[in-house]
Amino acid sequence: MALKIVKGSIDRMFDKNLQDLVRGIRNHKEDEAKYISTCIDEIKQELKQDNIAVKANAVCKLTYLQMLGYDVSWAAFNIVEVMSSSKFTYKRIGYLAASQCFHESTDVIMLTTNQIRKDLSSPNQYDTGVALTGLSCFVTPDLARDLANDIMTLMSHTKPYIRKKAVLIMYKVFLKYPESLRPAFPRLKEKLEDPDPGVQSAAVNVICELARRNPKNYLSLAPLFFKLMTSSTNNWVLIKIIKLFGALTPLEPRLGKKLIEPLTNLIHRIYLFFSQILHHLSAITLVCFSWLIAFLFFITVLISLSSGMPNHSASIQLCVQKLRILIEDSDQNLKYLGLLAMSKILKTHPKSVQSHKDLILQCLDDKDESIRLRALDLLYGMVSKKNLMEIVKKLMLHVDKAEGTTYRDELLTKIIDICSQSNYQYITNFEWYISILVELTRLEGTRHGHLIASQMLDVAIRVKAIRVFAVAQMATLLDNAHMLTGNTQRNGICEVLYAAAWICGEFSEHLENPMETLEAMLRPKVATLPGHIQAVYVQNAAKLFATVLKSQEGNTDSTTAQEASQLMIDRLPLFVQSANLEVQERASCILQLVKYIQKLQQKDVEVSEEVCALFAGELNPVAPKAQKKVPIPDGLDLDAWINEPPSESESEDEQPKAIFSKEEPKHSRPRHTEVDEKELARRREARKQEQANNPFYIKASPSSQKVYQETPGVEHIPVVQIDLSVPLKVPGLPMSDQYVKLEEERRQKERAEKKKKDKKKRKEKRSGRGKKHDSGPESEEDITPAHMVDIVTEEMPENALPSDDDERDPADPHKALDIDLDKPLADSEKLPVRSHRAAEVLKSPAEDEEGENVSSLEPKKKSSKEKREKKKDKDKDRKVKMLFDRRLLRLISVMLTFIFLFYSFDRKAYDIQGNLQDGSQVVVSVIFENKCDSFLKSMEFNVLDSLNSKLQRPEGSGPHDSLTIPFQLPPGVSNEARFVFTVQSIIMPQKLKGTLTFIVKNEESSTHEKLDFKLHFTCTSYLITTPCYSDAFAKLLESGDLKSSSIRLEGVNMPFHHLLARICFHHHFSVVERIDSCASMYSRSIQGHHVCLLVKITVSVDAKCDEPTLLGNVLDEIKQTFSQC
Amino acid sequence: MIKAILIFNNHGKPRLIRFYQYFAEDMQQQIIRETFHLVSKRDDNVCNFLEGGSLIGGSDYKLIYRHYATLYFVFCVDSSESELGILDLIQVFVETLDKCFENVCELDLIFHMDKVHYILQEVVMGGMVLETNMNEIIAQVEVQNRLEKSESLPFILH
Repeated sequence: MALKIVKGSIDRMFDKNLQDLVRGIRNHKEDEAKYISTCIDEIKQELKQDNIAVKANAVCKLTYLQMLGYDVSWAAFNIVEVMSSSKFTYKRIGYLAASQCFHESTDVIMLTTNQIRKDLSSPNQYDTGVALTGLSCFVTPDLARDLANDIMTLMSHTKPYIRKKAVLIMYKVFLKYPESLRPAFPRLKEKLEDPDPGVQSAAVNVICELARRNPKNYLSLAPLFFKLMTSSTNNWVLIKIIKLFGALTPLEPRLGKKLIEPLTNLIHRIYLFFSQILHHLSAITLVCFSWLIAFLFFITVLISLSSGMPNHSASIQLCVQKLRILIEDSDQNLKYLGLLAMSKILKTHPKSVQSHKDLILQCLDDKDESIRLRALDLLYGMVSKKNLMEIVKKLMLHVDKAEGTTYRDELLTKIIDICSQSNYQYITNFEWYISILVELTRLEGTRHGHLIASQMLDVAIRVKAIRVFAVAQMATLLDNAHMLTGNTQRNGICEVLYAAAWICGEFSEHLENPMETLEAMLRPKVATLPGHIQAVYVQNAAKLFATVLKSQEGNTDSTTAQEASQLMIDRLPLFVQSANLEVQERASCILQLVKYIQKLQQKDVEVSEEVCALFAGELNPVAPKAQKKVPIPDGLDLDAWINEPPSESESEDEQPKAIFSKEEPKHSRPRHTEVDEKELARRREARKQEQANNPFYIKASPSSQKVYQETPGVEHIPVVQIDLSVPLKVPGLPMSDQYVKLEEERRQKERAEKKKKDKKKRKEKRSGRGKKHDSGPESEEDITPAHMVDIVTEEMPENALPSDDDERDPADPHKALDIDLDKPLADSEKLPVRSHRAAEVLKSPAEDEEGENVSSLEPKKKSSKEKREKKKDKDKDRKVKMLFDRRLLRLISVMLTFIFLFYSFDRKAYDIQGNLQDGSQVVVSVIFENKCDSFLKSMEFNVLDSLNSKLQRPEGSGPHDSLTIPFQLPPGVSNEARFVFTVQSIIMPQKLKGTLTFIVKNEESSTHEKLDFKLHFTCTSYLITTPCYSDAFAKLLESGDLKSSSIRLEGVNMPFHHLLARICFHHHFSVVERIDSCASMYSRSIQGHHVCLLVKITVSVDAKCDEPTLLGNVLDEIKQTFSQC
Repeated sequence: MIKAILIFNNHGKPRLIRFYQYFAEDMQQQIIRETFHLVSKRDDNVCNFLEGGSLIGGSDYKLIYRHYATLYFVFCVDSSESELGILDLIQVFVETLDKCFENVCELDLIFHMDKVHYILQEVVMGGMVLETNMNEIIAQVEVQNRLEKSESLPFILH
């Protein structure tokens, strides 16, 4: 033995350890991948060895390789092997590797349950600790359910080291197995007052995590936390508790009032703590800033508390002012945290933050991106009708300046978010917004083209008054499309053209020059755009065509109409050839249609009416949830098959292919918008005025049509003035700044008008009520928007079911943890312990056979001496009830002949039989006989499964649930129950530990009793008597597949035929042939192993089998049978 | 909750990675690359908080990191953790490493990744802060090291 160990350790010296591996990788910088692959080959060899030290070393190296990005899941089984080593050193390596690479779908995790349980109950606290740490990383719902009870026991472990780990891991268990929360909660609560600060902090940690998601369930803990807060010395605990109160106070305003005072007392301590941290961070002079730091923290807390306290707005005001000093500070961490605190105040007290807009805007210039993002976030909540334009203008400047696409994209999305929030609530002038969107299209390399596009579509559809303006802008965009698509880097932005084309087509009646736009949409360059955009182009070209025809209606000179048809016929074939199916189909349909129209035109037939009818119909925005909300009509069963389901192979092949592009436009035609003439006239007037002031506006010149005929392109566009500081400006596009000015003017005018009216009013009524109106600066409500959002609500299907339950993500694990914790615990909620769970017993189809089994049963000898001593005195009067003791078992056995006690050789107590149909099933029939005077009921049978053998339990019950025996036993009655086990490997005998629990009931009382037993699965029990003919038998022996072995049976003194009968009877063999003094016998295992015996009258047995281990065990059992007689 | 702890050097080479949520290996490497990219381009005099890693978490998560000589220590945490608290935790962790390795340097982390993991396991467990008291952490680490040493003795004695 010693030699082997020495040899093992010498071998080890030649293996690479982790350090060698790292060194090797560092020395092979050029061909690292190659070197690592040879290392992995070595590791694979090492894993094949039996020496656990070698294996552990290999696993340790794998953990390192995992960090470098190599998938090591193939070694999962070896990791489990190393985990189950008895040495802490290796165990730790195993658990580390497991925690790095196991996850829920790792299948070997199933095998670890018993190992982990063993480690959890290990006498060595560090074994337990390592198991808990590992488990915290790879706990699965199954593990959580099976081990919840074990972990809960550990929460009361004597060692605080284990207690704190057990408490912490409970959170993970709750997430995976929410049913455990209620039974475990009382103990968790208890741990809040644990004497060890580490345990206490762990408990606070867990409860805070739980309460963060479902605060209302933890309100009842507030007094306890309050006590903790005032008594705890651990800063971590304090921070967590204060965070928790932050979540609780909005639900219970009274809490806030109570908290203010103790919090003020805490400031000093917290200030010390944080100043320490900041001391490490930077060299700021602590004296100057210490109070600020404390204040900052105080504020964060106060804010969360103050939401329930209206009278605290004054102190909030003060807080905000102090925060300002913090934000203005040079220390970046303070600045960041200051802004973070601001955003918290903003939620409850928006007004007080809004006055510091200048500061926030200033932060946008900060060199630190984190701070800029924070500031952006704040801006979102700060906008109002009054300052929106100003803020967005500032942001637009930053967009131009920003380097790095991520930050610029962030700015872009924020601008759109800010503007579109709550249904464009703060936008008073949509012309301004459209021009902002158009300006944004100039951004280089943005990913958010589709975002801009969807905004354009949304505004154009929902704000009817803006359509005229939008269409004009979009036409310009289309005309300058090459500016957007020219650069390959700007691909994202070409999505905008999708919106532009659609708006121009859909609202083409507002176009000043539809013919020109039509030409722009059919340029050959369009064919380079993505397919889904081309499709929109083609479709909308058709709409434009219809508009051109309509405008030419009644005109005697039909050349324009004919020109349009010719243009379509000339250009569409390009799209008919498109590789994109959608484009192709639309183009060929429309091409044929136009050809037909052209024919009619030549015959001077009026067609415009019919063509326009193609696109008639109003379009409304549809709510994103609309599809989901369509109620299912009565009598429609969505789950029923319409046709028989197709065969599996077919369905695998048929991957749904995206034939049509994902972003389908919402096609349909609006009914001609009923904008009343007056409104239109007013708008037109206003627009003319704006145009006059806009140097960038292209004035519609009457000759423009001609120009297009001569030189298609952009050369003719009068580029008036380009601001060279802004790169890549699309000429002729509007400048949002103009609108800012105009809007100002508009508002002033309005105000003036209002004043006039007020004066009038005041003149009319001389009473002093008018005072209300002349308050100095205009208030939010005073600004009347220039345009209104006409369509506010999105369309929903008829009889849509109102429901708002879809806010929370159904996959959120915390949803399941929203459990009332104050209700008393019901029995059914108890955590699954390894036994005692009602379940239905399985009925096996296999009939009981004659052959009785030699079975070895023994009562479990588990009691400790100490226990026995203790019980002795108690037993004098109530002996019946003590069952857990071996000495007492005998006493019980008088009354209760349970199989295990009255086992005798020829008496059948239980019988194990293989199931021929299923190579892995074994049926165990057990006879229960009640020999006592009491009534036995509620019997529950449970076996502690091993890796190899498992008791089959009904579906839905856990691996440790016990089976209820479906009968009761009156005194003197016996009955039989059957249990099915699944066995993986049958080559070794096995013992399974089990327990039987039952209630003993007599007149005076009933007691719950428990009996431990062992089930011995002998190898014989896996054999099935199978007849075999002698020629087949001879062939089998000749095949050479079988390994042989032999034994001698000593001291057997019985006739030969008795001997054979005994082997047949007890070991399920059949006699193949008997020739005088010897006989050949045969049997088969449930997994198809052949077992052949040649028994000689000299009582020697030669045997052959294809599985030597199985054979050895069977022979041992035969030997044992004969030694007993 | 802490979602991930990453230690990498100035060139982005990982020295220790610890994810408390499952990611496949290639995803892990991608996250490391992205995080390195985000963190490394920041000056040393800007703040230690960073939002906007797109691969891990989302808006509720932020990166809190510190830069020591050649190494970056990055913690990815959600909003239930206090920013300054985590900064302190990083400091505690680094000081513990310093005590355990006696003047820790990058080489210690390179060659003893397993030991660094064992120390980290005493500080953070399954994404939750387990212990913040440095003396307690060191005591537990040392006891376990002694246990390991005592187990390796029989090899020499035989």
